[in-house]
Amino acid sequence: MAKITLDNLAHSYLPNPQQESDFALKELNHDWVDGEAYALLGSSGCGKSTLLNIISGLLIPSQGRVLFDGKDVTTAPTADRNIAQVFQFPVVYDTMSVRENLAFPLKNRKMDTAEIKRRVQKVAAMIDMEAQLDHKARGLTADAKQKISLGRGMVREDVNALLFDEPLTVIDPHMKWELRTQLKKLHHDFGHTMIYVTHDQTEALTFADKVVVMYDGRVVQIGTPQELFERPAHTFVGYFIGSPGMNLFDAQIDGNVARVGDATVQLDGSYAATGKTQLGVRPEFIRLSSGSDGIPATIRRIEDVGRHKIVRLDVGGKEISAVAAEGENIAADTNRITFAPGGINVYADDWRITPQGAAA
Amino acid sequence: MNKTVNQKAWFLVLPVLILVAFSAVIPLMTVVNYSVQDTFGNNQFFWAGLDWFDDMLHSDRMWNALGRQLMFSAIILAIEVPLGIFVALNMPKKGFWSSFCLVVMSLPLLIPWNVVGTIWQIFGRVDIGLLGYTLDALGIDYNYTQNILDAWITVIVMDVWHWTSLVALLAYAGLRSIPDAYYQAAKIDQASRWAVFRYIELPKMAGVLMIAILLRFMDSFMIYTEPFVVTGGGPGNATTFLSIDLVKMALGQFDLGPAAAFSLMYFLVIMAISWVFYTVMTTLDKRDGK
Repeated sequence: MAKITLDNLAHSYLPNPQQESDFALKELNHDWVDGEAYALLGSSGCGKSTLLNIISGLLIPSQGRVLFDGKDVTTAPTADRNIAQVFQFPVVYDTMSVRENLAFPLKNRKMDTAEIKRRVQKVAAMIDMEAQLDHKARGLTADAKQKISLGRGMVREDVNALLFDEPLTVIDPHMKWELRTQLKKLHHDFGHTMIYVTHDQTEALTFADKVVVMYDGRVVQIGTPQELFERPAHTFVGYFIGSPGMNLFDAQIDGNVARVGDATVQLDGSYAATGKTQLGVRPEFIRLSSGSDGIPATIRRIEDVGRHKIVRLDVGGKEISAVAAEGENIAADTNRITFAPGGINVYADDWRITPQGAAA
Repeated sequence: MNKTVNQKAWFLVLPVLILVAFSAVIPLMTVVNYSVQDTFGNNQFFWAGLDWFDDMLHSDRMWNALGRQLMFSAIILAIEVPLGIFVALNMPKKGFWSSFCLVVMSLPLLIPWNVVGTIWQIFGRVDIGLLGYTLDALGIDYNYTQNILDAWITVIVMDVWHWTSLVALLAYAGLRSIPDAYYQAAKIDQASRWAVFRYIELPKMAGVLMIAILLRFMDSFMIYTEPFVVTGGGPGNATTFLSIDLVKMALGQFDLGPAAAFSLMYFLVIMAISWVFYTVMTTLDKRDGK
């Protein structure tokens, strides 16, 4: 296991990148702390697989360095990095039995037979496949195959990190929970550094200690699930995490007052904002009211999703969502919305800004 | 549900019946008809029972031709399949050169059999052929019209030249269907090049390779035109394969009875082998599909 450091890392698939938009992965500095579980979250094509492949050594970055415990491995081949990777589609060696599949990485490393046997037994117990050890791998279900790919990584006890590239995409929904729970348990029991790439926020938020959100080749925020929810650093994080995503209101900021349309909103501090300024408010922090306080809104429709209701409103031509509790009565004369205290984030040019004189 | 019974519906099957009758059943039955009769000319036929089959089963000539045939098929399979795989493994994976290779490799497959025969017949001639002349000038004693080994080598090299591309193209298609993740996983597992071939590429190619082997076996087992054009079955009977012998017997000597019995047995052998291949392939598929 190791600490993985990315130093000034960037990558472009073009031979001669000129401007920032040529980079699939924009410049990035980050330490992946030893023994933590990370999720790399972002929509398709945001560079998360590129980043993963650079860490695993399948791709050589066009600039910057990758360090494992301080040792430069930027150009080291995959085999020398001692990492394990589980891919989107289960990779098993069809003609081998489950036992031979699990033993394969060790055999290639010329380990002695007794040790291989011991480790295979141990890993089989971890992934709960002891009964199927002598089955041929080709006949197994997708989730069993995915467990074998995982086992092939875990069987090397000294792996620096376990990397997952959307490993649950082809797994049936009811098995996803099961596998994810097992992954979490394995992480808890054995403490491998894990990096888990996904575009599914539920997967990311339930699996990881820290979630790394990527957007357009850039890491926009790294934080715990709670931080991502309460203080999204970028409007994309607000929009991408949460269901429905964060509402954005175009606003003019003047000190501690924001103007949204004709209405004014009191802010919790004084902001010096320039550029395109917006207020971000999660649907959970929007209150419906009637009267003359707040921002004018009309209800378009109400969706009952079981645990709560989602109210879709029209505010100045834009659709806004609010969450109401399951038992809450929504008044027919609702014509205003207000914001719950502490639920407002201020954005300038898509990045969150903090009040003057306050710590970030 | 009530279905209307209308026997006229049988007429709908008629076109297929007629087509199959004329293309397969009637010609085959004609051969069956010849195989159980004898004739002394004048279109007069006598019942001969199974005598011709008995004759053929005890004929050295047929057994020798079958032996040569099996040897030929075995040799070309032993060369073309590994060579085809080797070529496929070394072809560029994408880009201009990949398309270029595909086109170049398809060319031999497009040349008609007798043209291939003619090309090699001239190519190997000692007086005017590039290959024959060069070998002769190098002091190598090469003459496919007189030396049995030279004749065999020429026929085999010709077949390898003509058909290895087919195996290579099929193997290439099989290789291209392997997702990159397999190679990446193998890298992470520190698999050797041989292990990658043995445990990833070969199993994934198994299906197309079976088809390639079947096609190449059947084609070579029925080969006629190319060796006939190059060697005419000679020197002596050295390259007289089953089809060549059959044509000699049926059209050269006009021994219709024995030739008919011969062709029926030939037909049965091919059917039997195809059935074996088919069974193996469907079992493989089932095992894969599970």
